[in-house]
This record gives sequence, C-alpha cells and structure tokens, in this order.
Amino acid sequence: MPSNKSVSDAPITQFVNCRILKDHKLQWEDLWVREGKILNPEKLFFDEEGFADHKVDCEDKIIAPGFIDVQINGGYGIDFSQASSDIRGGVALVAKKILEHGVTSFCPTLVTSPSDIYHKVIPELRVQDGGPEGAGVLGIHLEGPFISEEKRGAHPPKFLRTFKAGGLADLMEIYGHLDNVAMVTLAPELANSAAAIHELSGRGIAVSLGHSMADLSQAEEAVQHGAKFITHLFNAMLPFHHRDPGIVGLLTSDRVPPGRTVYYGMIADGIHTHPAALRIAHRAHPAGLVLVTDAVMAMGLPPGRHTLGQQQIDIQGLHAYLTGCTVEAALEAASLHPAQMLGISHRKGTLEYGTDADFVVLDDTLTVRETYIAGQKVWRK
Amino acid sequence: MRLVILDDYDLASEWAAKYIRNRIVQFKPTADRYFTLGLPTGSTPLGCYRKLIEYHKNGDLSFKYVKTFNMDEYVGLPRDHPESYHSYMWNNFFKHIDIEPQNTHILDGNASDLQAECAAFEQQITAAGGIELFVGGIGPDGHIAFNEPGSSLVSRTRVKTLAKDTIVANARFFGNDLSKVPTMTLTVGVGTVMDAREVMILITGAHKAFALYKAIEEGVNHMWTVSAFQQHPRTIFVCDEDATLELRVKTVKYFKARMH
Repeated sequence: MPSNKSVSDAPITQFVNCRILKDHKLQWEDLWVREGKILNPEKLFFDEEGFADHKVDCEDKIIAPGFIDVQINGGYGIDFSQASSDIRGGVALVAKKILEHGVTSFCPTLVTSPSDIYHKVIPELRVQDGGPEGAGVLGIHLEGPFISEEKRGAHPPKFLRTFKAGGLADLMEIYGHLDNVAMVTLAPELANSAAAIHELSGRGIAVSLGHSMADLSQAEEAVQHGAKFITHLFNAMLPFHHRDPGIVGLLTSDRVPPGRTVYYGMIADGIHTHPAALRIAHRAHPAGLVLVTDAVMAMGLPPGRHTLGQQQIDIQGLHAYLTGCTVEAALEAASLHPAQMLGISHRKGTLEYGTDADFVVLDDTLTVRETYIAGQKVWRK
Repeated sequence: MRLVILDDYDLASEWAAKYIRNRIVQFKPTADRYFTLGLPTGSTPLGCYRKLIEYHKNGDLSFKYVKTFNMDEYVGLPRDHPESYHSYMWNNFFKHIDIEPQNTHILDGNASDLQAECAAFEQQITAAGGIELFVGGIGPDGHIAFNEPGSSLVSRTRVKTLAKDTIVANARFFGNDLSKVPTMTLTVGVGTVMDAREVMILITGAHKAFALYKAIEEGVNHMWTVSAFQQHPRTIFVCDEDATLELRVKTVKYFKARMH
C-alpha cells in the first residue's frame, strides 16, 4: 500500500488480537504505537489516510499500562541508600531487572539516612526516561528522616530529624538537593511540618504521610496543606480505631478538599498486610489504591509482584479475582493510580492516545510475558 | 422491486450481509475495477456490518478493492465526536476490515464551503464510475438518507435542515439534550441514490412498518422519499416480519412465496 501519512513517516505498529485496559475495562481493541507514543488509529485513518506498517499478533493476551513502583529501596544486592562507588550503576541494575516484573517506571527510595548520604546520593539518582537499558526513573522517594521515632520501623533512630522551622532551609540542610526528588514521606505530627508540606507540594513533590503517630485531624490538616499519599497503609502508623481512625481514616475522610484524592500505598505481599485488611481499604476507597513493592536489596524478587503475578487468582472467564478486586482494579492500582498520584497521568499509567507507549503484555494469570517502553520491546520472558 | 422478508432482525441482517458479500465476490474487483458501495449509518445496519466483519475475518471477503461512499454526515459536529458518522463508520466497520483509508468517502460536515464539499462528493462518485450497490435504511417518516419529507425526488448531494421528528429521535444520542443535537446535515440526494446500479434498503422493526407501507404500497410521493425507488430498475427491500405489519396480506404472501 502506498504511504500517504501526512504527519510522520515513522513506522506504525499495530498490536492485534489483544485485550487492552481502556476506560477502566479490559476490551478487545487493537493498540497502535508510533514514535514511542500510543497512536489514535481513527485520526490516522481519516486525517492521514495512514495504516500500520507492521502488525504484532498478541495471541489473545492482555495489554496493560506499564507498572509504576513508587516505593522500592533497592534489590538484587543494590541498596539505594548506600553511597556506593557506583550509584548510577546500581540504579541501572535494578532498573534493568525490574523490567522482568513489568515495572516500566519507578521511584528509587532512600530510607532515613545521615545528611551526607543524601548530599552524595541524591545528585546521582537522576530522573531519566526508560528504555532497553531499564525502567525509567521518575524521581527519588525520600522516606525520612522527618518521621516519628515510635513508628520508625526499620529506620535507624539516630538519623531521625525534626523541623526547626520547616521551611526550605531545613529541607536543603538535610537533603542538599531537591532536584530529581518526586516524593517525600514525613510524619505530620512533627512541629512545623505544615511549612515543609507546603514548601514541597509547591515544588511539585508529592508529600506522603507515613512512619507517623498522627491522629486523623493531624493527617487531615496535612492533606489540606498538600499531602496526597500514605506510605504503606497500616504499617508504621497508629492502627485504625473506631473513635480515632488515625491516618487510615483519610480513606473515608470528609475533610479532603474537593477535587483531590488521597492515594495510599499497600504492600500486597499478604505479609505486611492481611489480605482482609487490604480488602477493607480497597472497598472503602478503591480509586486511591497504589500497589508498591517496598523491595529491599536482599530480595531477588520484589515481594509485591508475587501477589499480583500469581496467587489467589480465581479465573472465571475474563474476571480474575485478586484478593477480592477485579483484574482491571488491580492493574490500575499498579499503573494509573501511582501516575495520578504523581501528577503524570497525562503521559504515563494509561493507554490513552498520545501517552508514552510503556506497557506490558500479560497472560491470563497476569504473568508478565513482555515489557515495552516507548513502544520498544525491552524484555520478554 | 424485490421484497425479501426474514423472520427477525438477525436473519434480515445476515441475508443483507450475504447479498453484499456475494455481489462483491462475484464482481471480482481489482485495482483497475473497484467495487463501489454506498453505505448507511444508524441502528438498523449494525447487524449487517457485524456479519460483514465476520465474513472478512473468516477470509471470505476482502475490502481491498472496494470503495465506499457514505450517505450523510452531521454539519458542525467535530469529526471525532462519538456521535459523528465518521466515528460510527470507524468503530462499527472500518477498523475491523482491510479497507484502505483513501478508498472511503464520507462527507465532511466541517468543510469551510459546504456546497463545494457536496459538489465534490458527487464528482468523486462519478470519478469512481458510479455506485454499484447503494445500501440504505429508511426513517420512520419514510426518508432515505436525510432526504426529509418534501425533498425533491431528483435531488443531489446538498445541505439539509433536519425535521423536528428527526432531531427528537436523535436526542437519545446526545444525552437527551435537544440543544446539543445537530440541526443540519450534508446528505446524498434521492437522485444520487437513484443513479446507483442497484439499491438495497434495510427496514426492520414495527416502528418502520408504516413507512414501508407508504414506500411500496402507495404512490411515489416526495413526502415519503423512499417511494422514489419504485422507479428504479433494481431495488431490493430487506425486512423482518415486524416491518411488514402494515402491508396487505396479499403483498406479503406474494413476496414470501417468491423466496422458496
């Protein structure tokens, strides 16, 4: 067929015989990709009178947006919080390995560390696009040191900090740089946290509440100042209590400013949180669920993926029930919701036209078979 | 006229689709000799389109050497609006088959000069060698394409203002908000369809029964524009039982007997 494409001569790939996640449902639709972005085939047909250069037969598999992991401390022997001699090489190794699990973008996470670690490591963890070398780095997640001592979990107590005034000066003194930072987890009950939340949110950095003893009204105030995420819900915070639900109460709070959503990360490995608790959270606030791995360097396989990838799946036709939610809901918790939380859903986390063509090909057991970044196959099983 | 009566909507859709398929296959179209097909939109032909897609996917029908000409399009509706006829044709037909984009022709309701667009459409039909088979539907008021009651029976492709009945009937696609329904369309004329070598009209459902009666059992009348096809040498009306409810028993028995 003669080429008649008026917008671009770049090759067009059409993925056929697949079910894609579109409009929150899995639908039998083809996926079109050109120049690293999802292409609108109707516009191509009518405006450019164009057609696909080659077709890929997906053999009835599922195509979902690439997974986004906003909490991962390292893996495969790499610890992001160490000022090793080859920080960039370490990130690259992890970025490459997580492609096998369908993760196309991530936020390398630093746990509570002394100030000089932040000063050394943060400049080395640059935001960068993904590709055949590995998943893209969306920005750093700084989990600490402005967290609660009682709820520090595995974080080293001597490096915990409090805010002096909470302004930019405090943050820069500890962290050194805020470029390349996408998220900060802090405990809002610390004095002057409001100023810090304000300062960080104003810079487009997502503020997350975690490792905290805050009660619900302190958490709600933090949300009013700009906080929009909860770090590993249920873990390292006060348990839900019916007279003061604590941070968990944000899921159903009526004091969240209109138009805003509070997202919450959950480590869905069945260990950090009982599946029944995961279901309660999901049913209370399905739109906010974000699946994270919180993987650590000792792990060869990030724990979160196990739950998503295999078990508790009861397949009946196209509906797979993973810990009580639909396939679509689970896929969105790993892609759309983290993208929305980070404010990048106009280019990541969906298969909408014009967005980055980062996606995964899954079989019916939701095992990742192929991973694509910018329309290029970067891993296959 | 041939009147083909099937028991229900699905059988009528299948009969029509098979007819179109057989006509294309027997024509043996090539790059030098395309099969030109006129196409409708609306709910009636959806079953027919589904069957045609099925025949294509089975390998029994290729649209590689088929040129299509749609009957109409709304004026002023963005081309990618979900209710535009461009969207309808893409979602219900074009995206599932192997037709080449440059071989499809749909009037552009956003053209800067609507009259020139209509004239150009007529020229495109002529340049393609005329329409081999024009498939159409019928409105409850007996209109073919958007040739509303009172349209000239020798009309050509032009801008038409919609009748109130049609606007109300279309409101369900625009959130039941009458103010959002387009009021003007570009449509092929009755004369344009009459020029086709063969015409096939699909009519299903009891709500179309009175229009079918007016179209084939009463006279040729510009108030029921489908009646013009009484004067076409090769017309087929494909309908289901419900659409025949207003016809004389004698008419129905005559045509049903001819089907065996």
